[in-house]
Amino acid sequence: METTRLVIVAVGGQGNLLASKVLGEAALIEGVEVRMSEIHGMAQRGGVVESAIVFGNATSSIISDGEADILVGFEPAETLRAIKRCSAKTHVITNTATLPPFTVGIGKGAYPEVDTITRLLKEKTAGLVAIDAMAIAREAGSPMSVNIVLLGALIQTGALGFSKESVIEAIKRRTKPAFLDKNLKAFDLGFEAALNSAA
Amino acid sequence: MHKLLKDSPGEKIMLLGNEAIARGAVEAGVAFATTYPGTPSSEISLNLFQMSQESDLYFEYSTNEKVALEVAAAAANSGLRTFCMMKHVGLNVAADPLMTLAYVGVTAGMVILTADDPAMFSSQNEQDNRYYAKFGGLPMLEPSSVAEAKDMIEQAFDLSEELKQPVLLRTTTRINHSNAFVTFGAIKAQKTKGRFERDPMRCVTVPAVSRGLHVKLLEKLEKTRDLSEASCFNFVQGKGDLGIIANGVSFHYAQDAVTDLGIEDKIRILRMGFSNPMPENKIKAFLKACTRVLVIEEGEPFMEEAVKAFAQEEGITIPIQGKSSTLFSRLSEYDPAMVREKIALCFGVEYTRPETIDVSDLPEIANRPPNLCSGCSHRATFYAVQKAADGMDIICPNDIGCYTLGFMPPLSTGDFVICMGSSVSTSCGFSKATDQKVVSFIGDSTFFHSGITGLVNAVFNNHNFTLVILENGITAMTGHQPHPGVDMEQMGHSGYGRVNIENLVKVLGVEHVSVIKPFKVKKSIDTIKEALAFKGVSVIISQEPCILFAKSLKLKKPRPFEVTDKCTDHKECINGIVCPSFYIDEGRVKIDADTCVGCALCAQICPENAIRPLKK
Repeated sequence: METTRLVIVAVGGQGNLLASKVLGEAALIEGVEVRMSEIHGMAQRGGVVESAIVFGNATSSIISDGEADILVGFEPAETLRAIKRCSAKTHVITNTATLPPFTVGIGKGAYPEVDTITRLLKEKTAGLVAIDAMAIAREAGSPMSVNIVLLGALIQTGALGFSKESVIEAIKRRTKPAFLDKNLKAFDLGFEAALNSAA
Repeated sequence: MHKLLKDSPGEKIMLLGNEAIARGAVEAGVAFATTYPGTPSSEISLNLFQMSQESDLYFEYSTNEKVALEVAAAAANSGLRTFCMMKHVGLNVAADPLMTLAYVGVTAGMVILTADDPAMFSSQNEQDNRYYAKFGGLPMLEPSSVAEAKDMIEQAFDLSEELKQPVLLRTTTRINHSNAFVTFGAIKAQKTKGRFERDPMRCVTVPAVSRGLHVKLLEKLEKTRDLSEASCFNFVQGKGDLGIIANGVSFHYAQDAVTDLGIEDKIRILRMGFSNPMPENKIKAFLKACTRVLVIEEGEPFMEEAVKAFAQEEGITIPIQGKSSTLFSRLSEYDPAMVREKIALCFGVEYTRPETIDVSDLPEIANRPPNLCSGCSHRATFYAVQKAADGMDIICPNDIGCYTLGFMPPLSTGDFVICMGSSVSTSCGFSKATDQKVVSFIGDSTFFHSGITGLVNAVFNNHNFTLVILENGITAMTGHQPHPGVDMEQMGHSGYGRVNIENLVKVLGVEHVSVIKPFKVKKSIDTIKEALAFKGVSVIISQEPCILFAKSLKLKKPRPFEVTDKCTDHKECINGIVCPSFYIDEGRVKIDADTCVGCALCAQICPENAIRPLKK
């Protein structure tokens, strides 16, 4: 597989690391080499969690600015903040449900309009899929499944050449049995939502 | 069964670097392991702790790294394969035993892991611990990848047994917190019961003995150099006459850069994985085959300086470059694009930077700084201290833990932090050097780690300050590891003792000791005022479990609060305590019921009594 570089950004607690592990497991199933790096030291205290996933033959495990092929953002402002990782060739998948930093909540900082965020992402990159992953996750039965909804959307875009079946198998291997049904539904709904978003 | 205990050689699984390291130790037949938790090393010990519950492995969380290393030194001198792990600054704490253990050595394999943190993702400095190997005269191994880290451990144990010396294994955050496929090897049988053979002329380091041991250390270092020369961890790749010398993760950035630049036929790379002592002959031979050399290493010019010295000895005058204002920095960590650009610059290869996105027209995006959790009791303690000390000129030395975040406004209770335990001993200094009132903070785990000794000093020298011990019942910052004050029964583990901080502090001779429950705000403020008025050392123990830990043990059921119509918009709640559960909606303060746990701190400070439990 040609080297594909994927960056996932999320706020602590959104399930970024599980999503990365599911993709890693899917790579194992697909027989693709993979290296991942994560920064999670401040995750529990409201900070940003960023994962870098390098699929294919490169040996580095981190991704430089401008070099992400795909950016998946679990929170729209964080997606926009991570745009420095992208180039005009990058595919972007973002959640549109916001989680404003507490600094904004208490009136000490600005949060851009979601429409502005999606417009900028669309203008500056090769393609954008923007879905309300929170609403979809609730529909699937658990607000915890935002991460899996976005994985569904990612796989639908084809930007990462993994089959749907591999990722579903990876979800089965990597998520807790109690959440499995909801996660599988979340994946399907995310996949569909991306399809409709493109249409 | 723990996934890392599976005896399934050949199985390929995805592991976090720290899991791979723990697995490597298990495969190597480790029988004894000690640590003090510290990121980026924390998950190594977490996994070994879990495995110790279902195997014959002995594992302990020690009170600090010095203790951990000393406990481990005894085991390794009783014939057990022993693993001691810590973050980079932890090795400073353990440096005292380390330097002399290098003389004494071991009778069974001992690996000391130091997890360095270039770029300081979760640390107070970015020191380069390769110098500890050089300083102590100890062998050092450095993996470049997750899979290699697992394999290196077993060889590190073998090397340690061959030399009868501890071996340092140095990782960086990008190894510890990377994930990759790892193939399980066979698990070596453990030797779990050792025996110490008395050998005072080796083990009792009185001067007459140590003089002889230092001679032996230098002899061993010569032997180690031969092993470094022959080591498969120091290898040359490629055939060109332009040379790159790289270690750790930089090796992979260099490898990718050479491929991306299409200069494979021009470059030869010397990867340094056995980095102390440096393989002198291998490096000299490498230099002779090159017309120009670039050294790529995060941190300090550890290899660069050695390489230049070797070149000087051989009269080699080719350009050797590394750290400079145009090439590599001593700051932070490197990344693939940066390494690619510097390689191109150094060797005159044509290279255009990939086009990045124009971000000049992005709107302002508020920062997302870390904050104390919703319902964190430290917030209440800091608030109460600020109120109790209102109008006083105070200095607040703080310490290493979640509560370091108290330095941020509006709590602003953190004026000086240098290392674990420093809040107590710097308070001694501030109280003598100034006329200001000193109020310092330390967590319970950190107090056991190295706060106690500062407090002993304060009692003896009759210093004058108030120490607040934030007793939340766990080592919270690094992910809920136990410490000597923790109730292990509550965590489902039997066979542990428990040290009571209040009794301990009293026994040390502190005359003014009080205990507060920080969510009882008024009472806490009164108690703190009394402590501040005391002349001499006073200690306040603020007891309230870490909310994340309490929730995970289901000890606390969140009961959210709401802002009622009685609110007249003083905003004391928001401006005084910055709880992340607050937000403003159409100009009115609201509480996010999904994240509020009902600590009721805000309800108590609201001048209108407008904050009440949410009616379901």
